[in-house]
Amino acid sequence: MRIVVVAFILALAFVLPDRANAAGDETPPLPNIDWSFEGPFGSFDRNALRRGFKVYQEVCSACHALQFLHYRNLSQTGGPEFSEAEVKAIASNYTVQDGPDEFGDMFDRPALPRDKFISPFPNPQAARAANGGALPPDLSLIVNARPNGANYLHALLTSYEQTPPADLEIGDGQYYNPVMSGALIAMAPPLVDDIVEYSDNTPATVDNMSRDVTAFLAWAANPHMEQRKRIGFQVMIYLVILAGLLFFATKKLWRGRKWQQPE
Amino acid sequence: MSENNHSSSYTPRSALAKWIDKRLPLPRAIHDNFSSFPTPVNLNFWWTFGGILTVCLLIQIVTGIVLAMHYTPNSEHAFASVQHIMRDVNYGWLIRYVHANGSSMFFLAVYVHIFRGLYYGSYKAPRELLWMVGVVIYLLMMATAFMGYVLPWGQMSFWGATVITNLFSSIPLVGDEIVSWLWGGFAVGNPTLNRFFALHYLLPFVIVGVVLLHVWSLHVSGNGNPTGTDVRKIDKETVPFHPYYTVKDSFVIVMFLLLFAYFVFFHPNLLGHPDNYIEANPLVTPAHIVPEWYLLPFYAILRAIPSKLGGVIVMFGALGVLLLLPWLDTSKIRSARFRPLYRPFFFVFLLVCLGLGWLGAQPAEGGYVIAARLLTFYYFAHFFVVLPVLGYVEKPKMPISIEESLKSKTMKGQS
Ligand code: HEC
Ligand code: HEM
Repeated sequence: MRIVVVAFILALAFVLPDRANAAGDETPPLPNIDWSFEGPFGSFDRNALRRGFKVYQEVCSACHALQFLHYRNLSQTGGPEFSEAEVKAIASNYTVQDGPDEFGDMFDRPALPRDKFISPFPNPQAARAANGGALPPDLSLIVNARPNGANYLHALLTSYEQTPPADLEIGDGQYYNPVMSGALIAMAPPLVDDIVEYSDNTPATVDNMSRDVTAFLAWAANPHMEQRKRIGFQVMIYLVILAGLLFFATKKLWRGRKWQQPE
Repeated sequence: MSENNHSSSYTPRSALAKWIDKRLPLPRAIHDNFSSFPTPVNLNFWWTFGGILTVCLLIQIVTGIVLAMHYTPNSEHAFASVQHIMRDVNYGWLIRYVHANGSSMFFLAVYVHIFRGLYYGSYKAPRELLWMVGVVIYLLMMATAFMGYVLPWGQMSFWGATVITNLFSSIPLVGDEIVSWLWGGFAVGNPTLNRFFALHYLLPFVIVGVVLLHVWSLHVSGNGNPTGTDVRKIDKETVPFHPYYTVKDSFVIVMFLLLFAYFVFFHPNLLGHPDNYIEANPLVTPAHIVPEWYLLPFYAILRAIPSKLGGVIVMFGALGVLLLLPWLDTSKIRSARFRPLYRPFFFVFLLVCLGLGWLGAQPAEGGYVIAARLLTFYYFAHFFVVLPVLGYVEKPKMPISIEESLKSKTMKGQS
């Protein structure tokens, strides 16, 4: 009978086409970066998150919103952990519309830590109009919204330099980027060396900025990751101990029961 | 609920207990069904999954009710409200990840439970209705999970709902009317989300009711066991459910929870689809629309058939055939242990189901479709050809009693 099973598996192998050919994805495999936040023990590198926030703030936020973040999140544990005073200062750079006041008028005021991140555009239409018809997606969840998100994002931001294949037609406002599906993207290369001035001694190369902003966006998508893993360990340890106790309880309870049964 | 030639051993101890027992003998029913209930001594690992399933259902209901307190069933706000749960509600991320992964764990358990039934012939007389009630639970679970997956209102929620509801348009004459009736409009939209939420809240409680029928039926016929033979000597071949199985099952349940916790805390999004982190957008169709993993085998069957109506019929047929199973299997022997031909066919069938699941995740083109057709054909052949014929051609081994099985175990020195 084993033969039947083996024959069956072999038959399947013949019928099935090679996965890589059939899926129709020509995008190259993504380089695998050793992220500090990966794995069961992984955590965010605070300094990388702070630098990454700076990159987002000074570059990406010109086009991309972070609609699910509040300024107060920047000081919460497990994130960039800016001080409350720093967060207040960051927020006060932005203006929000509030109101109505007692006369029924709307008014502008500086943003507070409790406010949501200010979006660059009032609506998707305005965003498209400013970007040649292409919509810059919200980045709050981008790392979760792409397979292998962190590696994808880093590869996307660092793959502009390559020369396009000769037969590729590149339209107006399009850029060659082999990581993007279709290899064309409507986002101009956002990073160039030293576009951001880092306050620590990290050189502001495209590669470093890309890593930092990726780490920041990975946190933005999973703000409770550190807490989750920490609680996870406590839960696993508790369950292992409980399982051990129940294992011995079962052994003790059943001892003799099975063996003594038949005469 | 106290048949199974096992007379009640409950003795009310206090005056109050006696008073209650005369009026509403619920404590007696609980004692007889979940404490003193005679259970075969030789149940193995695969018999713990009923308990695991009960735990899964309770976890889904408790986490679901908490989610519902914070969730907004409106197409404008649903996606953001799930992010509100994930970011701002205290331990909201935990509740949601437990609920989302809980659904996968629930299906993992139900598949083990179903294949246990297939291997040990648990569907045979006198347990036909017990099996059929189980199939109903499985159908209700699929409906519940499908509607639950729509609630976060991501791209896969929206497009999955569109693809599946659209299936009904293949019904001749009234198909289109039925689909717009299901949608409450001319496309999947806010009314669809609202009714799916209402039903997703309701169905788990219907499942609880059907599970009670399942357990009732179980306690009429009694548990099966790996030998497939009936209990002959209550005193030698059974033990009271409590403490023997309450403790043993608890151990396996905790092992299962370890696996569960591993997903929740360390890979909470592994079983989900990245596209569901993009808000639903009726104008952008995802490259590949795939359902959750536990529905993939049926999705493969659906797409294997060239006609839409045909695909729908065959897909529902693949589920419906499970209801006929007790009569399609012509062998009198229950356990595959004593069926030298059925045993390998069981494993082939298991592989076929896994293969269909894998194919459900591949694009519906070329060799994949051919493979899906072959496997779909085999799926039905298993029920309509293999099982009926085996009963006649197979020479089963002589099944041994529970008592004898214990003896042979003792001799071999296994535990
Ligand atoms: C000048 C405006 C602009 C700036 C600045 C900008 N982007 Fe974009 N971005 C866009 C546009 C427009 C698109 C849509 C591209 C398309 O659909 O082809 C886009 C798309 C993206 C995507 C989605 C790619 C995909 O898989 O669909 C990511 C991720 C992204 N940008 C990240 C960033 C990051 C990180 C930064 C900052 C370092 C940044 N962008 C800066 C305009 C911008
Ligand atoms: C049979 C039991 C159940 C199953 C199999 C099930 C399955 C699911 C699934 C697959 C999702 C989508 C998860 C996601 O991706 O976020 C979901 C979401 C949801 N479920 Fe359930 N569920 C069950 C019971 C319940 C109950 C009893 C309730 C409430 C009383 C409930 C309330 C919710 C809510 C509010 C959501 C949306 C929030 C979210 O998506 O996280 N569920 N369910």
